[in-house]
Amino acid sequence: MAAKGPQAAALALHRFGFGPVGDSISAIASDPMGALLADLERPGAGQIAAILPSSAESAREVSDFQAAQQAQHKLEQRAKQEADAKAAAPTNMAANTGNAATKSSVTNVASNMSEATTAVALPPPSPPPRPANQPPLPQQLLLSEAKARFDAAATSEIGFVERLAWFWSNHFCISADKVVGMAGPYEREAIRPHVLGRFADLLSAVESHPAMLFYLDNVQSMGPNSVAGVNQDKGLNENLARETLELHTLGVRSGYTQADVTSFAKVLTGWSWIPPFEPEHGGEFAFVKRLHEPGEQVVLSKHYPDTGVEQGRAVLADLARHPGTAQHIAEKLAAHFVADNPPPSLVGKLAKTFRDSDGNLKEVAKTLVTADESWTPQRQKLKPPGEWTAGVVRLSGTQAIIPVGRIMNAQATLGAPLWRPPAPNGWPDTEAAWIDGIPHRVDVANEFAGRAQGVDPLALLNSGLGPLASRETRDTVARAETRAQALALLVMSPEFLRR
Amino acid sequence: MNLHAPSRREVLLASGTLFAWAHLPRVAYAESRDPRFLAIILRGALDGLATVAPVGDPDWVALRGDNALTLNSKVPALKLNDFFALNPAMPNLHKMYQANEAIIVHACATPYRERSHFDGQDLLESGLAKVAPSDSGWLNRALAGLAPGGRVDPRGSRVFAVGPVTPLIARGSAPVLSWSPQQIMPASEDTMARLLDLYRHSDAKLAAVLDDNSKLTAIEHAGDIAKKPGAQAGAQVRAYFSEAAGNAAKFLAQPDGPRVGALALDGWDTHVNEGIASGRLSQLLGSLDDALAAVKANMGPAWKDTVVVLATEFGRTAHINGTDGTDHGTATVALLAGGALKGGRVVADWPGLKAANLYESRDLKPTTDLRAVIKGVLKDHLRADERVLAQNVFPGSDAAKPMAGLVVS
Repeated sequence: MAAKGPQAAALALHRFGFGPVGDSISAIASDPMGALLADLERPGAGQIAAILPSSAESAREVSDFQAAQQAQHKLEQRAKQEADAKAAAPTNMAANTGNAATKSSVTNVASNMSEATTAVALPPPSPPPRPANQPPLPQQLLLSEAKARFDAAATSEIGFVERLAWFWSNHFCISADKVVGMAGPYEREAIRPHVLGRFADLLSAVESHPAMLFYLDNVQSMGPNSVAGVNQDKGLNENLARETLELHTLGVRSGYTQADVTSFAKVLTGWSWIPPFEPEHGGEFAFVKRLHEPGEQVVLSKHYPDTGVEQGRAVLADLARHPGTAQHIAEKLAAHFVADNPPPSLVGKLAKTFRDSDGNLKEVAKTLVTADESWTPQRQKLKPPGEWTAGVVRLSGTQAIIPVGRIMNAQATLGAPLWRPPAPNGWPDTEAAWIDGIPHRVDVANEFAGRAQGVDPLALLNSGLGPLASRETRDTVARAETRAQALALLVMSPEFLRR
Repeated sequence: MNLHAPSRREVLLASGTLFAWAHLPRVAYAESRDPRFLAIILRGALDGLATVAPVGDPDWVALRGDNALTLNSKVPALKLNDFFALNPAMPNLHKMYQANEAIIVHACATPYRERSHFDGQDLLESGLAKVAPSDSGWLNRALAGLAPGGRVDPRGSRVFAVGPVTPLIARGSAPVLSWSPQQIMPASEDTMARLLDLYRHSDAKLAAVLDDNSKLTAIEHAGDIAKKPGAQAGAQVRAYFSEAAGNAAKFLAQPDGPRVGALALDGWDTHVNEGIASGRLSQLLGSLDDALAAVKANMGPAWKDTVVVLATEFGRTAHINGTDGTDHGTATVALLAGGALKGGRVVADWPGLKAANLYESRDLKPTTDLRAVIKGVLKDHLRADERVLAQNVFPGSDAAKPMAGLVVS
């Protein structure tokens, strides 16, 4: 029996979307589950409409920018050295008047000076200086990507597919600190096209994406017996192989051995990229045969003949349909959407659909929203910082008012800077990880509420919580001293923080 | 002639930058004054009796007991006249009063007689006689309704507004020039207290986190009086008030700057532990007093042409409630400051404090219509037309005639 009515609608919007907005609670009240299922069928669901540079283009731009910066820095250093030498020269002369050695040292200084002058006079190798208040190029790229992402969350009708995209982005995280310029494009290219597709395709897109190959060091890995490995006396880097098994597919302690990791790492050698400074195809995926470990490999007891790049694809395809992967993904999905410790029956249903449908993620999403366990009225999950922030912006209609840089700062203040998780296991997904940041959320709520225009707190209370609002929360919001304070209190209410 | 089509809302990003509009030539004035007008909205309902105490009223001390400010209090109230005294947290306002640069209007209220902050603030800023949706405020309409060639310099035909959101009072057909302080107001202790109270009733885990947080802050600052809990937040509020009001004055003082402006200062909703003589309200009033001093200093020579009006949506209960605070009430004070005032006076038709004299047996009874005070200033200071004031600026306010004699003629 599917739950109906405004209570279930509000629950659905918080638990599976980015929270209610406007009259969305009443709009889906007749069939909340149907609305979630319909979100899966929406054309373009989970995709970013904005036209943005590809990961390879971004990587090349960042590479050019960094090279120009380096050159600029070098020129400045040279000029400074020359200036220092010039300042030091008269002292030398005074101290060593008449000394033959002095003459030569002065000459040296003079010749260096003329070099420096020539160098400084050269046209600067960097692009024309940017306006004073414009951030540097990598930051600009990041801001455009972040803006597109936040807009998608803020403007989506329900945001269920968008939430799935965020989930998978975190599951297959990289860090913008290491992979400069690629975090946003990676999510658009590797994650989003597959969030309602087959897990095998998602996995293949992720593990072959240059951003992931660089993030988990596979671009440095070489087969010890490969041509490059022999020539350079270098060998394996297991990072990508291990994290693929431990984090992306089977899960930790699920039965694979160190030998499996080593073999899989050998399989993946040669999965690399074209260095971003290459003007044509820099930043694109490349299988570099010279790095690839020759020969058959055994992973999880299965023999994989050396078919070059296809050897890796074959292992990934088998990992994608491994029952351990189904179980691991089912556990994470249920924990993300429903409860830190989800009911085993729900995990079982999700894993079964995953196995039965050969990892069809749309079918898995359908199972998630049609399972009774997903509609428990207990709202135990504390929304993680990014999701909560997006929900605040969305409810208050401030996405056009608050600059995306401020939203990103807010997320960083709350301990979850966008696309910058500290480790490959991504952001934690438990209350314990985030609850201590609640006092910081008050400051963010206060700031954002202070920027909202024409706030009608009681209307927003009905929009954002509807029947979920407790009497205490209604009273607290109604009695606030200002409209802005009322909004801050509303988004800090337990009913808005939890889902 | 269309020299410049101003956007409805010109935004200044930082102080001291760009007055970007085309300069209109300064026309010759028969009048010597180049008036400046600043409205400061005190959101949250200011306790008028705690700000300006009727120390001469025989029922005063009985009414408020230990919370009654008197001339004999530990920190004595600042004497205004034989009947009224100012909260000791406001020495700057007191000096202005003594220099005939301040007027206190007491037992004063808007026409609003309910007790909702949101509606009360809307009415105060919209200038309407009844609660109704409005997309413009009285200050904007007053400026838009001024006759051309009048007293207000045409270069000042914009309303200056402080904050990321233009307050309703400043919105309307006249263009708005807005500026935001560098720092934002931190989430107040009041907001924290309200949340903690909510969590205690609804979510024990969230309550524990907020509670621990305030305890940690207390331990961190133990033994350091300057950093005791609240002191830091208090300093931020003080800095914000002064920056917001002081910079508004800098803009208004510019020869080619706006001539009227508005800003809102929050925090006056003192239901619990009001701290009239020392504590929360005392700190807030001190911050407000500093802000007034900053306005005077930054106005420079224009101070003699300045009127600042400080008004709040309604007052608070005459009695202290069960939690050492006061609840939503009715009449309160309006504070006027500026060199253009005929100051050094308390204007009040005092209703008395006996139970029978209180409004609905609980609040100071309103005897002066705030609109009459503001209309008096707008008429005599900005030379606003009385008919326009009654019809457009404060529609339906015919009965509240402009109060005469507030401004030096």
